[in-house]
Amino acid sequence: MTFALALEQLLNGLQLGVMLFLMAAGLTLIFGVMGLINLAHGSLYMVGAFACATVAAWTGSFWLGLFASLACAAAAGAIVELLVIRRLYDRDHLDQVLATFALILIFSEGTRWMFGSFPLYLDIPPLLQGAVPLPGGTQYPLYRLAIIAAGALVAFALYLLISRTRLGIRIRAGESDREMIGALGVDIRTLYTVVFALGAALAGFAGAMVGALQSVQVGMGEPVLILAFVVIVIGGIGSIKGALLGALLVGVVDTMGRFLLPKLFVLFVPPSQAGMIGGALASMLIYIVMALILAVKPRGLFPPAHA
Amino acid sequence: MKNLLSAATLALAVGASGLAVAEPVKIGMITTLSGGGAGLGVDTRDGFMLAIKQSGNKDIEVITEDDGQKPELAVQIADKMIQSDQVDILTGIVWSNLLMAVAPSAVAQGKFYVSTNAAPAALAGANCNPLYFNAAYQNDNLHEAMGEYANKDYKKLFIMAPNYPAGKDSLTGFKRYFKGELAAEVYTQVGQTDYAAEIAQIRASGADGVFAFLPGGMGIAFMKQYAQSGVNIPIMGPGFSFSQDVLPAIGDAALGVKASGQWVKDLDNEANKKFVADFQKEYNRLPSLYAVQAYDAAQLILSAAANADVKDTEAFRAELLKADIKSPRGNFKFNTNQHPIQDIYVTEVTKEGDVLTNKTVEKIFTDHGDAYAKDCKM
Repeated sequence: MTFALALEQLLNGLQLGVMLFLMAAGLTLIFGVMGLINLAHGSLYMVGAFACATVAAWTGSFWLGLFASLACAAAAGAIVELLVIRRLYDRDHLDQVLATFALILIFSEGTRWMFGSFPLYLDIPPLLQGAVPLPGGTQYPLYRLAIIAAGALVAFALYLLISRTRLGIRIRAGESDREMIGALGVDIRTLYTVVFALGAALAGFAGAMVGALQSVQVGMGEPVLILAFVVIVIGGIGSIKGALLGALLVGVVDTMGRFLLPKLFVLFVPPSQAGMIGGALASMLIYIVMALILAVKPRGLFPPAHA
Repeated sequence: MKNLLSAATLALAVGASGLAVAEPVKIGMITTLSGGGAGLGVDTRDGFMLAIKQSGNKDIEVITEDDGQKPELAVQIADKMIQSDQVDILTGIVWSNLLMAVAPSAVAQGKFYVSTNAAPAALAGANCNPLYFNAAYQNDNLHEAMGEYANKDYKKLFIMAPNYPAGKDSLTGFKRYFKGELAAEVYTQVGQTDYAAEIAQIRASGADGVFAFLPGGMGIAFMKQYAQSGVNIPIMGPGFSFSQDVLPAIGDAALGVKASGQWVKDLDNEANKKFVADFQKEYNRLPSLYAVQAYDAAQLILSAAANADVKDTEAFRAELLKADIKSPRGNFKFNTNQHPIQDIYVTEVTKEGDVLTNKTVEKIFTDHGDAYAKDCKM
C-alpha cells in the first residue's frame, strides 16, 4: 500500500514537472535568445486553453482543439512580438516587465470580454478517459500518463530541434552573441519572431493539456507562471536542460511536500493542526528549495556558459 | 459674482429640499470580478442589482469595484469608498480572508457592513458588532448540515478544505456534527488547481466517503481529476462546491453528488419562483447560492431604507434586524448575533434537459442558527 502510494505521488510529481517544463522551456528560450523577461507567458497558456475549449465545444473534438491551441497561441505570440515585444529588446528589464505586465491585463480583460467570467467546459478526450492499473495494485489516470509522455516527446523534439537543425544552430548562436549573428547576415528579426511563437505554442499546448484536467478560466496562467519562473531560476536562466531538470525537481518536491509534510507534523501536534501547518509549509517548500540552491549556485544549476 | 451668488442660492435650495425627501443611500460593493473567483463575484453583483432594479428605488446608489480576490486591494477600495465616496453601507465580499481585512475597520468607522457571503467565525461570536450583518449564513452552517447528513451512511470520512478562515470554519463545522471517524483532515492551498497528491491520499486512506469544500475553480479542477482517477469513494460537499456557477464546467462528473444549501433552485415558494424566473430573464442563466444571498442582502437594505434614514444608525439597524423581506429561501430571520436563522437542505446534482443543476433531497435542519451566537453580547 505504501509503495503504491509513493509511486502514485512520484508520478504526480513527474506530471506536474513535465507540465512546468512546457511553460519554462518557452520562457527560458525567449530569455536566452532575446534577453527578454516575458511576464505575459501565462497569458499565452490561457489563450491555448481557451482556444482548445472553444474549438472542442464547436467541433466536439479535443484533438482539433489541441491543434487550435498550438495555432492560436503561436499566432498570438507572433502578433504580440511584432506589435509590442519587438520594441523592448533594447530596453532594460524593468521596461520589459512593465510592458509585459500590461499585456497580462489586456489578455485577461480581453478574454473576459469575449468569454465572460465563468469557467469554460473542456473534457478529457474519450480515448484517454479513465485509469490504468499500476504495479503495487493501484490505479493511475491515463490522461496524466499521456501528459508525461507528451512532455517527454516535446522535450526530445526540442533537443533535436536545437542540436540538429539549422534553426537550432541559429538559436544557439543567438544565445551566444546576438550582434554577431546579425552581422553574419542572419535575419535576426524573423528569428526572434519564430522563437517567440515557438515559446508561445509550447505554453498554449500546456494550457490546453492542463485545461482539460483543471478549469479553463481567466487568470489561470499566472499561478503557473510564478512556478515557471522558479523553475528557470533554479535551472539557470537560458538553459533548456536546466529548465527540464528544474521543472522535474519543482514538480516532485512540491507534490511530495504536500503529501509528506502534514504526515510529519502529525508526530508532534494534533491532526487538524498538523494539516494546517504542514499545508502552509508545503506551499513554501519550493521557494525554500530555490533559496537553498541559489545560496550554493547563485546562477542556477546549469547556467549557460557564455553569460 | 452674480453667478456665484445664484449658484450658492441654488445649492442651498437643493440642500434644503433634500431634507424633505428620504436621504439617498450610498452602497459600496466590493466583490471579485476578475481572476479564478470571478464567477462568484459576478453572481453576487447580479443578484444584488436585480433586487435594486426591481425596487425601482432611485435613492439607492451602488458603486461596484473589483477586489481581484486580493485582501490588500479590498482594503484600499474600502478606504476609498469610505473616505472619498462616503458610502453608508459596504457589501459584496465573497472571501472570508478579504472580509476579515475590511469589515472590522469599516464598522469601527461607523459604516454598516452587510455580508453577502463570507461569514467567518471570528465575527459571529465575541467580536460580533451591531453594524455587521450577515445575510448569507455563518461559515460553519452548510458544513454542519453535511456532517449531520453523513452520520446516516458513513463511518470513516476523508475531509478536505482550503487553508484560509472559511476552510477552517468548514471543517470545524463539519466535525461539530459528524460522529464517525476521520480518515484524514487535509488543508489545500487557496486557488490550488491540481489535486493529484490529495486524490492519491484519498485512494490510500480507506475512507468510505469524501467531504470536500472547494468553491469556484478549485472544485471544478478537483471533480474533473477525481472522475478520472479510478477512485470510486462517494463525494459530498457544501453547496459552494457544486453551485450553479461551477456545475457547467464540471460537467457530468458531478451527477448524483450530495451537497447542502440554505437555498435550492426548486424550493416551493412564490418568492423563489419569481426570483429564479426574473434572474433567468435578466441574465439568461440560472442563479447560484451567491446570487440569492446578494439578492436578499439588497432586499434587507431596501426594506430598512424604506422606513429609516441610514444616517440614523440605531433606527436603520433596528429596521435591518426585522428582516422584513420575502426571501427565496423561505424562512429567514436574524439571530442575536445578526446572522441568519434559516432552514438548510441536502441537495443532489441532477440534469434538467442539458442543464446541470441541484434538486432538493430533504430538509436536514429547521430554523438553524450557529454555534457562536451565545458568545455574542450586544
